Amino acid sequence: MSETLKPETAEQVLDAVKWAAASESPLAVRGQGSKDAFGRAVEADHTLDLSGLSGICCYEPNELFMTAGAATTLAEIEAALRQNNQQMAFEPADLGVLLGGEEEAGTIGGAIACNLAGPRRIKAGAARDHFLGFNAVSGRGETFKSGGTVVKNVTGFDLSKLIAGSFGTLAVMTEVTFKVLPAPEKTRTVLVLGLSDQDAMKAMAKALGSSHEVSGAAHLPEAAAKVSKVSHVAGAGRSVTAIRVEGPGPSVEHRCRALTALLRESGGIEELHSENSALLWREICDVRLLDGDGGNEGGGGRQVWRLSVSPMNGAGVAAKLTGLSGASVFYDWGGGLIWLAMDAEPDAGHEKVRQAVKFAGGHATLVRAGADVRNRVPVFEPQTGALRELTARIKEGFDPKGILNPGRMVEGV
Amino acid sequence: MKMPKPDAGVIARRAEIIKAMQAIVSGEGVITEDEELRAYDHDGLMAYKGLPLVVVLPETTEQVSAILEYCAGNEVKIVPRGAGTGLSGGALPLADAITLGLGKFNKILEIDFDNRTVVAQSGVTNLGLTQAVEDEGFYYAPDPSSQIACSIGGNIAENSGGVHSLKYGLTTNNVLGIEMVLMSGEIVRFGGKYLDSGGYDLLGVATGSEGLLGVITEVTVRILRKPETARALLIGFPTNETAADCVAAIIGAGIIPGGMEMMDKPAIHATEDFVHAGYPLDVQALLIVELDGPEVEVDHLIERVDAIARQTGATYLRISQSEEEREVFWSGRKNAFPAVGRISPDYLCMDGTIPRHKLAEVLNRIEELSRQYGLRVANVFHAGDGNLHPLILFDANEPGELKKAENFGADILRYCVEVGGVLTGEHGVGIEKRDLMGVMFTEDDLKHQQRLKCAFDPAHLLNPGKVYPTLHRCAELGRMFVHEGKLPFPDIPRF
Repeated sequence: MSETLKPETAEQVLDAVKWAAASESPLAVRGQGSKDAFGRAVEADHTLDLSGLSGICCYEPNELFMTAGAATTLAEIEAALRQNNQQMAFEPADLGVLLGGEEEAGTIGGAIACNLAGPRRIKAGAARDHFLGFNAVSGRGETFKSGGTVVKNVTGFDLSKLIAGSFGTLAVMTEVTFKVLPAPEKTRTVLVLGLSDQDAMKAMAKALGSSHEVSGAAHLPEAAAKVSKVSHVAGAGRSVTAIRVEGPGPSVEHRCRALTALLRESGGIEELHSENSALLWREICDVRLLDGDGGNEGGGGRQVWRLSVSPMNGAGVAAKLTGLSGASVFYDWGGGLIWLAMDAEPDAGHEKVRQAVKFAGGHATLVRAGADVRNRVPVFEPQTGALRELTARIKEGFDPKGILNPGRMVEGV
Repeated sequence: MKMPKPDAGVIARRAEIIKAMQAIVSGEGVITEDEELRAYDHDGLMAYKGLPLVVVLPETTEQVSAILEYCAGNEVKIVPRGAGTGLSGGALPLADAITLGLGKFNKILEIDFDNRTVVAQSGVTNLGLTQAVEDEGFYYAPDPSSQIACSIGGNIAENSGGVHSLKYGLTTNNVLGIEMVLMSGEIVRFGGKYLDSGGYDLLGVATGSEGLLGVITEVTVRILRKPETARALLIGFPTNETAADCVAAIIGAGIIPGGMEMMDKPAIHATEDFVHAGYPLDVQALLIVELDGPEVEVDHLIERVDAIARQTGATYLRISQSEEEREVFWSGRKNAFPAVGRISPDYLCMDGTIPRHKLAEVLNRIEELSRQYGLRVANVFHAGDGNLHPLILFDANEPGELKKAENFGADILRYCVEVGGVLTGEHGVGIEKRDLMGVMFTEDDLKHQQRLKCAFDPAHLLNPGKVYPTLHRCAELGRMFVHEGKLPFPDIPRF
């Protein structure tokens, strides 16, 4: 028997989880399913479809927060924010196309559960940094809440941090509160052309170490730049290093000039304004610049890794990956985030990838691969010793029967 | 304030415990004499004192690990302590617990300008981090007012804020990694010079955990380049309401200032008498709004804030024309606590956070309560992020007045929660707000928090008596009531 339970209220979620706990029936927890293919495949008899828990409950622009049902779509939230010139500053990546699905799908609960972030991660943080509070049902079949609607809050343990990035393995969020911020008045991008990967890391460090409040720093090797729909980038015929500044008009112009002066000796400089600038960062954020993906849904079976390392080690780590068949990369977060696409291998080259990350300090996530591969190869950075035991004990505390997304992050947890 | 009853059995074993500690930490690193222990008998919450069983000051992570392993094996409690500047009693000693001081963990281990990170031992002061990098034009952003003395490890334990957290975030947004010793003695690392983690966000969980989950021995923080320039406006208002309106209008206009502070009349007068910052004395409320960034941006935003202030009814307006003048603007606010200390023998500093639009309402309520209790109060306020610090003035030598002040404070915090706010914005729960946790959380909320505690410290040996009014045994928290296993919800749509 496999059923989809579709609660319409938080009380019904509680009932469903209570039942699942009592009957030890694992549940696959789902918003819209836009990231079903992210993480290990869940072995669950039933699906808990939360799409009924949708809608903005409270939005006070001057208070800089929004409370919404966990399955409220990001599209609805973004539309409401746009009307007030506000945004989710963590710039949640839309992984829809990367994962072989639709664009503009996904819910706020999903964005938080996967701790999504975008290029602005380096300045504004990830979902974890903007997640103020929630109501949820733990795997014990009990309702609990944490946090509040205010940014400054140290009352009790910060369970919001625990739930963000837990991929639905500890609790089912029913309602979430997150920070919203004014959208920048103006955005511009300074492009430096023709840098080697290593020189690009240095140029980005220079920009990020300046006082110009850079809100995005990405490096596209020539093959990645070619994929862009922005003609200046695709047609550069060289690598493109992109530095973004945002803010009030006069300030953005001033900082662009200053960055141009700072980076001129590194390579040829161009500037992207409004729409082109927005399009390029959308492509970077949503991982649309992997060479060989060709815009195919699912990228024609190529596998994709996300590596988070110390920024100055970015190029060095990527250099260790060139042996992987068909490897192509681009960098975000000043070099600290490497997106790697490669031809499909039964083991997704995971030993090589883990080895490369180990050298720099960091972690790697297998973001796209067939379900069989994701169940064979650790998707998230493997943990050992005390860390692994801590993880298991936390899971045991919140979901003792192992009914919420079992195995989504770690086999057996 | 009721603390857990000291365990006589542990106290009886004191000599044996001291011996064990001396085997791990040699010489003066183990403090046993009453006179010397007295230096550790309280933290920044001065009203509560007590002598620890013994103070141990290790110098290496391995020593910390050995101490915790011994304590876990012998059921001895631990109170971790950074610089002892915390305001909620989180480092208050217990008669049957070792106070584990991290004061000797005072070295900066690595400065990495290219990756914009500093790695330091946890006892390094907050200001020490900035001082280590300021020659190159960098700084560590969170700036609690105790930054000259407080330790970075303590900042992480409390998730400290500061006047610039509105724009630059709290400690939790500026820490990249920690090394932590678990109660078992195991040494773990969460995070590093990279972002996010491949598993549960244990770095985020440890931040703000008030010494209940582990002992932090090393930290990795991110540093930022100092803004090109900063200027401040000093804005006076005839009422609390108009000042609050101005705050809302600035945020509403899409401006996030580097800092936005408010003081009420008693606070203005106390600070002006003390530091002579030139504050206007004929206003009811004073705002300091600081804008930082490139000069052209600061000039642009100063103009806009100036216009907003006029529109919302400001009766006094001054814009800093030099770095010296900006510092003078801040001098009053930064000395608000000692200034209030001059006009009253004692004061309690509260720390609620409220939604910004409730500011005037809450201030009016505080005034009412002040009359009811017959105690004066001065308010300073991180207006930008809704974090209120009412300073309740009292005299501890008057019998019953401390209790009265505490009750007054508790009433304020209850009201903060009632209007949609929280008990503590940056000072932590500690012992001070422990018994108010039930105002904000249900029993199930608290039990889920404690299940996290159980994963780290199943025997409740780390900092007991703090944060949680009742600590449930972990075995009890783990038990689950099993309901019947059939689908009990005909009304849930199924497909």
